[in-house]
Amino acid sequence: MGMNTSVYVSTKRVNEILKNVKDPEIDSVSIIDLGMVEKVTTIGGNVKIVLLPTFLGCPALEIIKKNTMNAVKELADVKAVEVEFVYHPPWTSDRITQQGHKDLRAFGIAPPPRHMKEDGSWHVDCAYCGSTYVTMENIFGPTACRSILYCKSCKNVFEAMKPVSTLL
Amino acid sequence: MNMTESTLDKDYKEAVISLLFQLADDDFLYAYRGSEWLGLAPHIEADVASSSISQDSMGHAAMYYKLLEELGAGKADDLAHIRPSSERKNSILTERANGEGFYMETPLYDWAYEVVRSYFYTQAKKVKIDSLCQSSYRPIAEAAVKVKMELYYHKLHWETWFKQLLNSTDVAKQKMTEAIARVMVDFGDVFSYGNQKQLIEKCALIDTEEELKSNWKMNLDPVFAVLHVEVPAIPEKAVRNGRNGEHTKDLDEALLTLSEVYNEDPVAIW
Repeated sequence: MGMNTSVYVSTKRVNEILKNVKDPEIDSVSIIDLGMVEKVTTIGGNVKIVLLPTFLGCPALEIIKKNTMNAVKELADVKAVEVEFVYHPPWTSDRITQQGHKDLRAFGIAPPPRHMKEDGSWHVDCAYCGSTYVTMENIFGPTACRSILYCKSCKNVFEAMKPVSTLL
Repeated sequence: MNMTESTLDKDYKEAVISLLFQLADDDFLYAYRGSEWLGLAPHIEADVASSSISQDSMGHAAMYYKLLEELGAGKADDLAHIRPSSERKNSILTERANGEGFYMETPLYDWAYEVVRSYFYTQAKKVKIDSLCQSSYRPIAEAAVKVKMELYYHKLHWETWFKQLLNSTDVAKQKMTEAIARVMVDFGDVFSYGNQKQLIEKCALIDTEEELKSNWKMNLDPVFAVLHVEVPAIPEKAVRNGRNGEHTKDLDEALLTLSEVYNEDPVAIW
């Protein structure tokens, strides 16, 4: 087989297409920007993607896996795709990119705070109006990774991504 | 150290499998009992929290069953659903019904019991997870780091409820005191490794039973000191030891409901 006919799928192309794979429960944010993609390797037309679960009980994981496979299969020259979830390194909320923070806000979710106080409490500004005048309504929210807050300035209920860190 | 199924020493593998079954079955039943509170918790925030905690805990159980699958112990879904109660290794505390009645009709569930069980269980899980982060079996150690981060929020939640109810009205205090007594009756096997004590402890997979008990008390001491209550003593010996497959009828009932859908069509893909 000559150079011209050999099949080669670059990791760059795979990473590019993974930007189209969104969290089904927050469909403004890609799995890349959520920091879920740990590793992409290719050997010829065989692609392997290692993903990190955000929360272990997240029911969206299987859907994300399927959507990842389907997206990569669409790429020209891809023969086989394997997607695996691993627990190490652990996913932490500081893996979310700056773009991810922007996309979360667009969905009405405040990005996770970078810092926590010594007693474990944390603060985020309103995802809608940016006001700092907010109260925590419930640390637990509609999905495992989110909390519910209330903004006393714009009178909106909004959500925040929980900070998750190995320091907890 | 990267141990795979084929390279594990026979005793070591048996110890890992025994411990994983105990951890998996504990979280599986705990999550199930928590899920029965869906729609019944005293207010909406408690309901959302309880559901989230149950979902996390079911995720932890699923992860342990997956580690068992990787060790050749069977398919994760089968391990969760089709093992009879006599093969289950969960502690008695996790299988206990939430109270009289059934969640679909006239559930006379006891919130004080739920708060105390969840808080004591979560504190017990925390000392185990802290120890498992240093486990000699790397897949468990790595998984424990992940569980620990989620558990932080569970502990925060149940500790808040526990303190507030014990600081509340006389009726609340009375109910909580009764619930503590009921929970402690079943606490004798929570830190037990059953017949596998020697093997599990020898393999440095996790701290000894005695170390875990002492750490549990140490974590509770400051909370109880503020409440002017003594940390209750863990029974020396379990009346029934779930780690050895000794269970109550509550477990049979739970498994019947839990596995009802799975058993209708075990080969279905969900």
